[in-house]
Amino acid sequence: MDWQLVADSFWPLLRGGLVGTIPLALASFAIGLVLALVVALLRLSPNRMLSWIGRAYVSLIRGTPLLVQLFIIFYGLPQLGVRFDPWPAAIIAFSMNVGGYAAEVIRAAILSVPKGQWEAGWTVGMSPVRTLRRIVLPQAARVSVPPLSNTFISLVKDTSLATVILVTEMFRKAQEIAAFSNEFMVVYTEAALIYWMFCTVLATGQNAIEKRLDRYVAH
Amino acid sequence: MSRTEPSDRPGPSDRPVPDTLLTARGIEKSFGENHVLRGVDLEVRRGEVVALIGASGSGKTTVLRSLNGLETPDAGMVEFNGGPAVDFGAQAAAATGGWGVRREGARQAKADRAALRDRSAMVFQHHNLFPHRTVLDNVIEGPTQVKRIPRATAVGRAEELLARVGLADKRDAYPHELSGGQQQRVGIVRALALEPDLLLFDEPTSALDPELVGEVLSVMKELADEGWTMVVVTHELQFARQVADEVLFLDGGVVVERGAPAQIFSDPAEERTRRFLDRILHPLD
Repeated sequence: MDWQLVADSFWPLLRGGLVGTIPLALASFAIGLVLALVVALLRLSPNRMLSWIGRAYVSLIRGTPLLVQLFIIFYGLPQLGVRFDPWPAAIIAFSMNVGGYAAEVIRAAILSVPKGQWEAGWTVGMSPVRTLRRIVLPQAARVSVPPLSNTFISLVKDTSLATVILVTEMFRKAQEIAAFSNEFMVVYTEAALIYWMFCTVLATGQNAIEKRLDRYVAH
Repeated sequence: MSRTEPSDRPGPSDRPVPDTLLTARGIEKSFGENHVLRGVDLEVRRGEVVALIGASGSGKTTVLRSLNGLETPDAGMVEFNGGPAVDFGAQAAAATGGWGVRREGARQAKADRAALRDRSAMVFQHHNLFPHRTVLDNVIEGPTQVKRIPRATAVGRAEELLARVGLADKRDAYPHELSGGQQQRVGIVRALALEPDLLLFDEPTSALDPELVGEVLSVMKELADEGWTMVVVTHELQFARQVADEVLFLDGGVVVERGAPAQIFSDPAEERTRRFLDRILHPLD
């Protein structure tokens, strides 16, 4: 085993993760969550048209491969005159993807808050929107932390797909180093371990958030 | 709007007497095939306690929730002295109209609900406190968020109210850290903090362990003595007997009998009332 190569490639890989993978995942997740909340509210709307739009969106996103979505946005849309650089294209594709999956999580979390909480908000005089924001969403947030953490951890790994649209993130770095050194096993395993390290840190963060949100719950 | 209910009180057709706070007439409600309310009339005078009694499914909770806009009756009206006057029949009619009519109807219904909630406050069977908020934050949520009262003022008022129900030291606790009776007392304080004209209680002690019922009922009795106007759905017949000015017995979605508690409990005029009281008071016979 070429330990020198392992040591030499560690920093370039980690750096690819820190300036590529993580920012890409964070930006996409943040935008994706906002989108997901909108889609969840569409799905929960009593208006049939709106709820249908929400359902159709979730169905399209979940029913098509992420890789194909990336290709459509980066290679397909330019033929219609819509051109994105690799980074924006990747963020759009990943955000839309998170929007579809997380919408279902958020919808279920909102539904898990007892009806009485809505009613209590209304009877103290709050509008439905204010009740959602101040009473229901904070409680839904607690329930949705574990499944949303899953979504985020999946996303961190899925960003490696962005390499096919030329985004310089960790896996693209790994491909470059591997091609140059011909040490595929060593370099790809090293990249895998760094992904695993990232995800372990994220799982620790998830536990901290869960603990913090658990303080008002009876045990 | 003619209802066939035996009553020696001013009927729906009479002019409301000046000190009437709330008048409800001809309230009807169906849930699917289930015709829960079949024309209920109700009148509450200022400072009066009205108790609604009856078996589960008699419709008493639905009546109470209609007064607060938590249920939307299919027909009938609810009018507060000084407004609003809500015509549920008109709301139901608008809901079957064209697009513009429906939109205008929905806007009106929303305004009606807000106006009803501006006059009354609700205490729930399962307290429905906000679990992610401290006791104090539960109480000041309505005053600060809806009534736009400055936080400091709202806090002062909340602390006063909490002290009155013996919970001053619990202001920073979360609801799950309280006993059932304490939770319900906070629920009452949350309602009081809105300074409503009418307090609505939906079986406030039904979910409590028997030994905790007393502390909640005694708070309610104090409120009655202070002159709060209250409508109470309850299974606590002794409370109704001691505290209520008027008792309504509901069965099958109608008010079967109404009158002073002494009369209803000692000498019910209706056979159905008699049977209901017998079942409750002598469950083993």
